[in-house]
Amino acid sequence: MKFIFDRNTWQEIFGSISKNKTRTIITIVGVLWGIFIYIALSGAAKGMDNGFEKVFESVSMNSMFVWGQSTSMPYEGFKTGRPMQLKLSDVTTLENRIPEIQNIAPRITLGNFGSDPVFTVRGQKSGSYPVNGDYPVYTRIATKKIFDGGRFINDEDIAQARKVCVIGERNLQELFEKDEDPIGQFIRIGDVYFQVVGVHKLSQGVSFDNDNAIFIPFTTFRKLYNTGENVDYFCIAAYDDVDVVQVEKDVKSLLRNIHRVNPEDERAFGSFNLGEMFTKVSGFAKGMTFLSLVVGIATILAGVIGIGNILLISVKERTKELGVRRALGATPKEVRSQIILESVFLTMIAGVMGIILGAGVLSIINSLTKDLDFPYTNPTVPIPYVLGALLIMVVLGTLIGLIPAQRAVSIKPIDALREE
Amino acid sequence: MIEIKNLHKSYQMGKNSLHVLKGINFSVEEGELVAIMGSSGSGKSTLLNILGMLDELDEGSYTLDGVPIKNLNETKAAQYRNKFLGFIFQSFNLINYKTAAENVALPLYYQRVGRKERQEKALKYLEQVGLKEWATHLPSELSGGQKQRVAIARAMAAEPKVLLADEPTGALDSKTSYEVMDLIQKINDEGNTILLVTHEEDIAHMCKRIVHLKDGVIVEDKKVDQVRAEQYV
Repeated sequence: MKFIFDRNTWQEIFGSISKNKTRTIITIVGVLWGIFIYIALSGAAKGMDNGFEKVFESVSMNSMFVWGQSTSMPYEGFKTGRPMQLKLSDVTTLENRIPEIQNIAPRITLGNFGSDPVFTVRGQKSGSYPVNGDYPVYTRIATKKIFDGGRFINDEDIAQARKVCVIGERNLQELFEKDEDPIGQFIRIGDVYFQVVGVHKLSQGVSFDNDNAIFIPFTTFRKLYNTGENVDYFCIAAYDDVDVVQVEKDVKSLLRNIHRVNPEDERAFGSFNLGEMFTKVSGFAKGMTFLSLVVGIATILAGVIGIGNILLISVKERTKELGVRRALGATPKEVRSQIILESVFLTMIAGVMGIILGAGVLSIINSLTKDLDFPYTNPTVPIPYVLGALLIMVVLGTLIGLIPAQRAVSIKPIDALREE
Repeated sequence: MIEIKNLHKSYQMGKNSLHVLKGINFSVEEGELVAIMGSSGSGKSTLLNILGMLDELDEGSYTLDGVPIKNLNETKAAQYRNKFLGFIFQSFNLINYKTAAENVALPLYYQRVGRKERQEKALKYLEQVGLKEWATHLPSELSGGQKQRVAIARAMAAEPKVLLADEPTGALDSKTSYEVMDLIQKINDEGNTILLVTHEEDIAHMCKRIVHLKDGVIVEDKKVDQVRAEQYV
């Protein structure tokens, strides 16, 4: 071990490497290319992964929607084609019976799914916008970024059925003057005046709502429009570690049970499973990461084998030199260590250069894709991957160096010195 | 200094065994300058290789400075070579990517001598062979005689007990040969023991003792009056 930390050893190795420049450069290029490909590929894959992640950042990744359609099978005396209406009471039943559900938000809307948007007025300005009746729990499933000074609908609003609303960025632009503070102002939605309590920001990625959606308390909505217990659809978020596809099946089967629908009737309730979508997309990104890892490591391997190959040839060239060294008193261990350390040293230099080059290319890719409308963010290679690659290189460098080193030692000094 | 008794050595050449050394008895005192002569195939190089621990003996004994040399593994042999012996080769065998000074310093590196001291010693020995100003030159920039003098400086640098020279003048013209021999004689004058293999009569007569080998046995071992190489330079 002392040998490795001896300054003299490194001077000897550095001398041997720096004075055979062509050999050194050719050797380095092989590994440099390998590690460069590895870093660039896995960084690019990571960038795509990050990009998808960002697209889904404002919604719960384990979420889904359920809505009522109409039955396609007769059951218990009911005819086929009976329209299904979700009820508020379903929420409690679902929560009690399906423990995998983390949050469940009943929603009711105007302006979506074919119904007319609501005509909204403020002073001289007006527009028609979708209006949603919501509970505060909705923000646990779809994050709503609210501009400073505002808030989303809270429990008090629900309890007292307050006439408050949260508007979108576009409502703000279309209904208010520039630089005007909307918080505390009143707007008329349909026939009723509402006080604005917050403005929500449009999220970049996947979102359930447009930037012109107006949110009012669910209880206010049902009083105004006389919808009673009716719910348009449920947003359901499952816990992180559960299988959303199974939860989706359970929810629909339970709803069929509550609403007295044939258990076989798949069409009575519609659903959309975001978790499943997300799993597919992130599975694709993970596949890319894995592929790039495999390709990268294979390229590194090829590069290291290249180093071994060149060292092996150079050992043949250097037979005489190594013979002289041994005649002058180099022990087989010293000769072997020198060849191996040369190999490891070259591998390391090439590796570090490749990492720097790869990082450079990633930063260029990053600056080029920054403003593109493309799911691609922050292409990085995690430090453990880099360290892992370095470790692989050192180990492979040592192993591959063993071959020429063993050959160098196996030639007897007398044979090495014999006249050619 | 060197004590050899009943030395036998044979090589396997396929099915045939070639008996090269057939019972050599031979000793060298400290400060001697011995020429080993013989036609090619007489076993002189084999003898030198065994003396240099580059080859192993089959039978007999070899004692160097009181240390029995037998059953050495490569590591031990390398250490002994480094400690006891200096080599001078016919084809110089300098390392071509190292400067003259670095070549001279190489045996010291394997003796774990520090870098500074290595450089100082290398320069000292280069000065002794008259090549101090060539210290930073590569072997390719030196003439044959200069290369051999660098090689001699390298052999001296480790301060060995015995210098072994295998046809040191074999690749040189006669004028340069005499220069090299002059240097070897001067080194011998300082009390160093030198063994020299040659097949040239004039070179052999510049030594103090000539040992004739023929077909693996010593046929003649005589002391001669040394011819000084100086007069030809």
